[in-house]
Amino acid sequence: MKNKKLIAIAGSLGLLVLSVFLTASDHIDAPSISGTSADISDFYAFQAEDPNNLVFVVNVQGLLPPGTPTIQAEFDENVLLEINIDSNNDLIEDLVIQAIKRDSLMYFFGPAQPAQTGLNSEIATFAAQNSVEISTTENVQITTNDGMKFFAGPREDPTFFDLDQFNAVLSGSAPEGFNNPGTDTFAGKNVLSIVVEIPKSMLGTPATGVNPFAPNTPTYNVWVETKRKQ
Amino acid sequence: MKIYRYSLIFVAFCTSLLFIQCEDADDNDNILLQETCDDEIQNGEETGIDCGGPNCVPCSETINFTGTYVQQDQMGRPGVSALFASFDFKDSLNVTVPSAMEDVFQERFKNRLMQLNPGYTTNILGQDSIAISRMFSRDVLWVAQIGETTYNNGTEILTGRRLTDDVIDFNLLLIYGGPTGTENDNDPVEEPLLIRDGVDSNDAVFSPSFPYVVAPFIE
Repeated sequence: MKNKKLIAIAGSLGLLVLSVFLTASDHIDAPSISGTSADISDFYAFQAEDPNNLVFVVNVQGLLPPGTPTIQAEFDENVLLEINIDSNNDLIEDLVIQAIKRDSLMYFFGPAQPAQTGLNSEIATFAAQNSVEISTTENVQITTNDGMKFFAGPREDPTFFDLDQFNAVLSGSAPEGFNNPGTDTFAGKNVLSIVVEIPKSMLGTPATGVNPFAPNTPTYNVWVETKRKQ
Repeated sequence: MKIYRYSLIFVAFCTSLLFIQCEDADDNDNILLQETCDDEIQNGEETGIDCGGPNCVPCSETINFTGTYVQQDQMGRPGVSALFASFDFKDSLNVTVPSAMEDVFQERFKNRLMQLNPGYTTNILGQDSIAISRMFSRDVLWVAQIGETTYNNGTEILTGRRLTDDVIDFNLLLIYGGPTGTENDNDPVEEPLLIRDGVDSNDAVFSPSFPYVVAPFIE
């Protein structure tokens, strides 16, 4: 009798869990969510804690509210994230670092000279390959290999900007301009990040005369792209 | 009692299964695949699920990485699309290679600049409307190989982008601040405030160590 009661409780718990899951899945189907898996929200490149290294941070799917939307946010297996590095100032990538999700892992290829430059890419499977388990809100995973470090997962959205007031300024509805203090549109929001730290020695020596405000400093041109599988 | 004895034998049998190993007893130089290479989890020295490391086949051979990936979005400097790209060419900016951007967008960026600030002459960097639109239309981020990497720290200019850099304020200053950086600063009060958005820092403190960006908000 006791067992039957336990089974009944377990069964109803299961239904409860299932119903929560179904409700949440429906939310994921919203066009505003499913359409953003290739949307880059921000990009950073800076000298690492170890000055011999550079760091690239690529964020996608910005403005994720905490809770379920963050927990359920996923990198898209059909979207390649590609960091481009130009060393000779011709604005064409000399090296790429590619990242793409497969199952619970983020795979990284490169830095490598791409087989082709421009709008279409193939994954550089011939290049150095690394991977990191995609972190969750609670479980943080970092891979360190060959002087490089890798992270992928949800993070606090590092962007700070009164985007709403900016849009009001652009639309002409705020002739007074910005407020002081303003309101950070990105406060309390999360994002999906990939972070790569890499020895500068792996990127080669770039050209000088790139940045007119630091003409003697060897300088890379860097940018990030998202590319969807055809 | 009898059932108990059979159960014990069964348990002992199952336990023994745990200790079965593939032993490479022959001498024909074949690669020994660990039994973990097909358990559908990443363990041992695998670099992916059931692949990579010294014992399993390389991940690139077990996972499908083939195909052509076509560009959807692109970003170099912060705020370029928001500030300079009007809606009619945001999409085309995202699918133009940087080496072609100046030819395609410099004139449009200049027009947009004069729309944002009809009184634009030069900025604190001494850029006229052509120089600033030329710089921003080549949408790549400059990153110094040596020394400070910052969007602007008062000394170094556009040598990278740190998490703490107030990039929006610097872009606004270049567009609205005029040659002295004091135009559109709400002084006198009849003047609008356009060179600062009033948000000077992030709402969480960044880490000095990898991965630098910090834990997400839970609730």
